[in-house]
Amino acid sequence: MNEQTLAHGLGWFSIGLGAAILIAPRRVAQAVGVENKHDILQMVGVREIITGIGILSEDRPARWLWGRVAGDAMDIALLASAPKLDGRTRAGVAMAVVGGIALVDIIASVQHSTGDRRSTSRSLFTGEGLNPPVKRPVVATITINKPAEEIYRFWRNFENLPRFMSHLLAVTDTGDGHSHWMAKGPAGTEIEWDAEITEERPDELISWRSLPGAKVQNSGTVRFEPATGGRGTVLHVELHYRPPGGVVGATIAKLFGEAPEKQIPVDLMRVKQLLETGEIASTAGQPAGRTRSTSRKYDDWLRT
Amino acid sequence: MKANCWYGKHDMRVVDVPDPKILNPRDAIIRITSTAICGSDLHLYDGFIPTMEKGDIIGHEFMGEVVEVGPGIKNLEVGDRIVVPFPISCGNCHFCSQSLFSLCENSNPNAPMAKKVYGQSPAGIYGYSHMMGGYAGGQAEYARVPYADVDHLKIPEELTDEQVLFLSDIFPTGYMAAESCNIQPGDTVAVWGCGPVGQFAIKSAYLLGAERVIGIDRFPERLRMAHEEGGAEIINYEEVNTYDALMEMTGGRGPDSCIDAVGMEAHGATLEYAYDRAKQALMLEPDRPIALREAIRACRKGGTVSIPGVYGSLGDKIPLGAIVNKGLTIKSGQTHVQRYMKPLLERVQKGEINPGFVITHEMGLEEAPKAYDMFKNKERECIKVVLKPGAKRAVPVGSPETVIP
Repeated sequence: MNEQTLAHGLGWFSIGLGAAILIAPRRVAQAVGVENKHDILQMVGVREIITGIGILSEDRPARWLWGRVAGDAMDIALLASAPKLDGRTRAGVAMAVVGGIALVDIIASVQHSTGDRRSTSRSLFTGEGLNPPVKRPVVATITINKPAEEIYRFWRNFENLPRFMSHLLAVTDTGDGHSHWMAKGPAGTEIEWDAEITEERPDELISWRSLPGAKVQNSGTVRFEPATGGRGTVLHVELHYRPPGGVVGATIAKLFGEAPEKQIPVDLMRVKQLLETGEIASTAGQPAGRTRSTSRKYDDWLRT
Repeated sequence: MKANCWYGKHDMRVVDVPDPKILNPRDAIIRITSTAICGSDLHLYDGFIPTMEKGDIIGHEFMGEVVEVGPGIKNLEVGDRIVVPFPISCGNCHFCSQSLFSLCENSNPNAPMAKKVYGQSPAGIYGYSHMMGGYAGGQAEYARVPYADVDHLKIPEELTDEQVLFLSDIFPTGYMAAESCNIQPGDTVAVWGCGPVGQFAIKSAYLLGAERVIGIDRFPERLRMAHEEGGAEIINYEEVNTYDALMEMTGGRGPDSCIDAVGMEAHGATLEYAYDRAKQALMLEPDRPIALREAIRACRKGGTVSIPGVYGSLGDKIPLGAIVNKGLTIKSGQTHVQRYMKPLLERVQKGEINPGFVITHEMGLEEAPKAYDMFKNKERECIKVVLKPGAKRAVPVGSPETVIP
């Protein structure tokens, strides 16, 4: 069974179990020996359905799968509080079942968290997948109402990049296709690395990779292609990166809003604004009837 | 400065906030002389527009005097009197260069949020939720106008604020709605909703050559205005069945074009209204498309349904079968105001229309919360309120039917 099938199976299992609980809470409560807890059980049902939908609807459902593991722990705790007498026996059986399911959940979660699809279930046992993962590349596209030459020229001067890439602090061109990069890391840290251009075709393409020793190993390509009918230039960015600290590092980075999947499209939106209008659209610093000029909830998450 | 801010459903407050500053080279700051409450602001007031945040300054129909310009502005000077179009548009992107200003690709700094909901993001709009950019609005003493070199209409001295203020939104909105109908000689146009946009749609339909225009509403003062000012025939949907009346009036064919100037908070006199109301309250259906359904059903075969009314996300039971089998054309969109401001200003200057006719109330900015309440509940025959920053109390107005407390 590959990891995808396993996750889907668990997703449907979640939904089925959740539905059963919601349709007949009392009967389920009786079956597992927690008659007195059927109201809590209903919440378990809702949780199961949400988790199931989460697993089935996401490309990379790792966090939902971990959510299942957490749910299993809660369920075992709930069962442990079952009343004495024969309820105890039924709850004991149910606990054993939940324990088994929990094991399957953990396997699926670890598989998904290690990221590399091809290593599949073997990784859990060989430990392969626990090395820093090779993530899927981040890809993003935007169309800019300017000729390719102009965009290429702007981009090739790497020192321009921090003007629209908010996580970059500075880029220095050290000559001979080499450059030095400084960026914001998770939780207020700073990261630096050196990079080299690996391929370059004027007005068409720039490829780069970080040099050995970089904390965030990365490589990528940006391509500039004329849009159909003279409607500007299409920019394609493909970025491969290996975050520091593997899965844990990537998760922490995500929590602090440093995830490239989210950041690159926003950066492209900004470079388009800068090249087309000469400025970057913003409301930071405008008045509002509250202490902050922008909304932490709605604005800041995608602007910083 | 003082500004009217949103703090929640039915909770507007005029509070002291910092003055706006130039944030980008193409910004200008204006001192607002007149600012209006739009029917679409009532959707904010009623809490139907998502991604609002406590303290958001609202308002998107405003004009005033330039007091400061950014270094990137060459065509505006301090002292210029300008009307500001409600969509914020860069003037440079693919859409702006095709005059599709409300579809500007660059002006919404929160585009990814709108993209999640709509697939692509429209332009930013003043004071109309964070999904639309989170820009501070113009129900205030001062406002920052981004891309001010593109987004302004200079006003000659001889025209009053009341004559030109509505070039910011409702006049172009009613006009574009009528223009979308592709009106032919002899056409009959029906307009659902005789609020301010409906009034301008009625006037514009005649300006564009309609032979007959029919206004549909339930408030007598609005119907009276549609009839007396706009010259429309009228239907009060609480008294007669709209579809039957329209068939009777159009020889059984239906109106050639139907304009839905109502939008997401439509009312109705039927069970259907109760159904939508209940679904909306349960958050199962954010938009309440009662007027739209009726317009689609009444429209003649091969006709056009034009939708200037604001819808936010999803509506149920749109009669797709009628659209397909009657071969209807559906036209909609936020107004490309920048496209219409100059030609419509010319119509005002030529005396073809005086947009001030919709104003029923002028009040001080500080009375904004009271004005919202009055407008929402259609008290004192309120159709359109203009707020005057700097005036503490209601100020007299020359328009007919003005009621001052």
